[in-house]
Amino acid sequence: MTANASPFIIADRLTIGHPEGRPLVDGISFEIGKERVALVGESGSGKSLTARSLMGLLAPSLSLNASQLSLAGNDLLHLKPSQWQSLRGGKVAMVMQDPKYALNPSKTIGWQVEEPLILHRKLSRRQRQEKVLAMLEAVGLVNPQQLIKRYPNQLSGGMGQRIMLAIALITDPEFLIADEPTSALDHAMRDQVLSLIQDLVAQRDMGLLLISHDLQQVADHCQRVMVMYQGQILDRLAARDLGQATHPYTRTLWACRPSLATKGKRLPTLDRAALEGYS
Amino acid sequence: MTETSLPLRAVRRDKRRWLLIIGYSLLGLLIAMALFAPWVSPYDPNAQVMADRLLPPDSHHWFGTDGFGRDLLSRVIYGTRPTLLLVVFILILTVPVGMTVGIAAGYLGGWVERILMRITDIFLALPSLVIALAMVAVLGPSILNGALALALTSWPPFARQARAETQQLRRSDYLAAAKMQGIQGLPLMFGHLLPLCLPSAVVRAALSLGGIILSAAGLGFLGMGVQPPTAEWGSMVAEGGKVIFDQWWVAAAPGGAILLASLTFNFIGDGLRDRLDSRHDS
Amino acid sequence: MVVSAPNSGRSMPVRRLIQRLAGNLFSLMITLLGLLAFTFTLSHLSPVDPVLQLVGDHATASTYAQVRHQLGLDHSLPVQFWHYLQQLGQGNLGVSQSTGQPVANDLLRTFPATFELATCALILGASCGIGLALISIWHPKSWIDHIARVISLLGYSVPVFWIGLLGLLLFYAGLHWSAGPGQLDDLYVYTLEPKTGLVLIDSWLSGDREMFINALQHLWLPVAILGLLSMASITRLLRAALLEENSKEYVTLARAKGASRWRIVWHHLLPNTRGTLITVVMLSYVSLLEGAVLTESVFAWPGLGRYLTNALFASDIPAILGATLVIGSCFIIINALTDALVWLTDPRTR
Repeated sequence: MTANASPFIIADRLTIGHPEGRPLVDGISFEIGKERVALVGESGSGKSLTARSLMGLLAPSLSLNASQLSLAGNDLLHLKPSQWQSLRGGKVAMVMQDPKYALNPSKTIGWQVEEPLILHRKLSRRQRQEKVLAMLEAVGLVNPQQLIKRYPNQLSGGMGQRIMLAIALITDPEFLIADEPTSALDHAMRDQVLSLIQDLVAQRDMGLLLISHDLQQVADHCQRVMVMYQGQILDRLAARDLGQATHPYTRTLWACRPSLATKGKRLPTLDRAALEGYS
Repeated sequence: MTETSLPLRAVRRDKRRWLLIIGYSLLGLLIAMALFAPWVSPYDPNAQVMADRLLPPDSHHWFGTDGFGRDLLSRVIYGTRPTLLLVVFILILTVPVGMTVGIAAGYLGGWVERILMRITDIFLALPSLVIALAMVAVLGPSILNGALALALTSWPPFARQARAETQQLRRSDYLAAAKMQGIQGLPLMFGHLLPLCLPSAVVRAALSLGGIILSAAGLGFLGMGVQPPTAEWGSMVAEGGKVIFDQWWVAAAPGGAILLASLTFNFIGDGLRDRLDSRHDS
Repeated sequence: MVVSAPNSGRSMPVRRLIQRLAGNLFSLMITLLGLLAFTFTLSHLSPVDPVLQLVGDHATASTYAQVRHQLGLDHSLPVQFWHYLQQLGQGNLGVSQSTGQPVANDLLRTFPATFELATCALILGASCGIGLALISIWHPKSWIDHIARVISLLGYSVPVFWIGLLGLLLFYAGLHWSAGPGQLDDLYVYTLEPKTGLVLIDSWLSGDREMFINALQHLWLPVAILGLLSMASITRLLRAALLEENSKEYVTLARAKGASRWRIVWHHLLPNTRGTLITVVMLSYVSLLEGAVLTESVFAWPGLGRYLTNALFASDIPAILGATLVIGSCFIIINALTDALVWLTDPRTR
């Protein structure tokens, strides 16, 4: 909850947008240490863009401005391509939303899980193979020997996400960015995968930035929450304080979680006009 | 791929507009030349002046003269006519047939679709130029026969595309709403499906016309196009080929015109396709 | 997505493979049949009456009927088609009116020259085209990318026979870098021992260095012209496919892993464009066969194309239809081969 002496990620007045449009992320500032932080908001709030900007993966048509943007002490605004390549996958890794699209359709699972090791570690082939198998077991996959010969189209969604996790964690990075990792999964799978992420992150003493639109999920698995709306961070609070949030937007989001308690009743909606007025 | 954040979208939009502007202007130029040929050309394209044979380009004859003393500029201008006429004929023949086959196949499904697609595949696998040559050789060279021959192998891509689009649209809510209103069968196919498949058909038409013009010119080059003395670019290049080493201009001008016409439709096709793609993306 | 059975390894079930290939073969047969129907129909639409050709204008009605019966023309169309197929099965494509030779012999004689031309042009065009597309994707929106797009657009729009003529003008008449029309200088044409029918290989095998160089001097210009055409379409299509793959999520993930540009192109983009690459190269090959028809007359290249062109000028219907059949069949077979190859090399179909 309290940031470390030098926070792992520092962003100050981060602005992302099209060169001639209104900004998609509007001058936000935050700091993240080795903790589990969530960035929540509706689609279009800018949360995904923020996450991608931390890894330098924005679409080339977007422009990025900030007075400071640093990760693990690296000034992200002035990195050379080779420095980016060692940072990505080495110090910070990413898990994406849909394994159906995020995995290379023409390469075996084994090859794809091994790739970060080839890029960031000097190991022999056998050592790499051992690590791959160990990692696949660590994410809860059975029969890794068989699995490494398969192709992504032969997997289920839950398996695919575990493999993405394996890919991200195999180089023991210090930080994990998870961009809506469970949105493409069915409900039963979501909790399993998120608990897995939480466990592994805790085991390896890593930080986590979870992007999500599901407040319940966030409340269960994260320590701190930042709420975004239309490119701005409206609210920052501890996850356990979500039930007692003061900001109207956060309160509405919290109140309209569908659950057994709200079954049959009308869910509250957001009064956006009032929101615009609230500062 | 690059790390820099170039304002890509602005550049792409400009390039797209550029392509279309150039394409449409060239098309306008071609159509104007065809329509106003008698007023625009300095000489009668068929007037043979044997004293002025094979003159190089000069102030009297901007493109020079050919082996019969005919002004090449005038012949090139008049040459737009058979070309554009052929384009029109081919469009009339291929687009309706192709789209009807494609929409029917996609909408009706079942064995109708299988048979129609099988027929489409057969025609798709045929070499267009060679088939056209054989047909025109047997039936006799003329614009209509040439158009028919080229159309025979040009309609399948339209059918394929229309079928793919129809299959996608079949599952759309828009169509479900129409069906709920009781519209089905032919009125559905022509009133609703056809307009939706039209934009991509236009793009495909523009893209394939570039190649069709080259094939038509090829027919003319081999003597299977419009017969002399009518001015046609392909046969003009053939005539120029006989004297290429000494009088290069006789072949240069008509060939350049073919290149220009083909570029025109390729520009328009590329520009339209980019615009269509971006509409799908956003 | 289904979790696959525990023991499906890398080998495809053989039965499925055979089924699929059998399906391909069936399609192939049907399409060939369509082509044959086409040539058969054309031969009957010809205004030239084959009976009159044999008996002359002054024959009596009974002679006419007799010859007509001999030629089998009094049978119904389907029966005639069957006879046609039978003839083809025996390799009888009729007799050429201009050469007096069986068309089949003429075609066999002229095919190697076209094969040589098209194959060399494809090798040149494919390597340049693939290279240019890769350069484009390496430096998107750079000046190299723009030049590549311009070259490919021009190459796509230029009439091949025209650029062939201009090429001859510049490189043969002007610069003397090319030895001009034909496959060999007259000096060598009669001294060449035909072993494979391919002039380049035969002249190499003959050991006569001068002859081989001469063959190259004749070959390079038409190959360059056709290669330009091939390169244009390959660059255009491959570049588009690579760009499309580049915008997909798995490429972003690869970058998130820290992969370099080279690694992304070689290990991520290219394997996933394999199908497009095969298709584009094969398509280029077949269009080169058609391009040969137009180029061979410009370069006096003694191949299938020139044979067809001469037959067109002479209205030699049997020769025209025979050549159409051969070129059309090559087209169809290569297309079918492409489909099969793309399917076989796609790891997703396992």
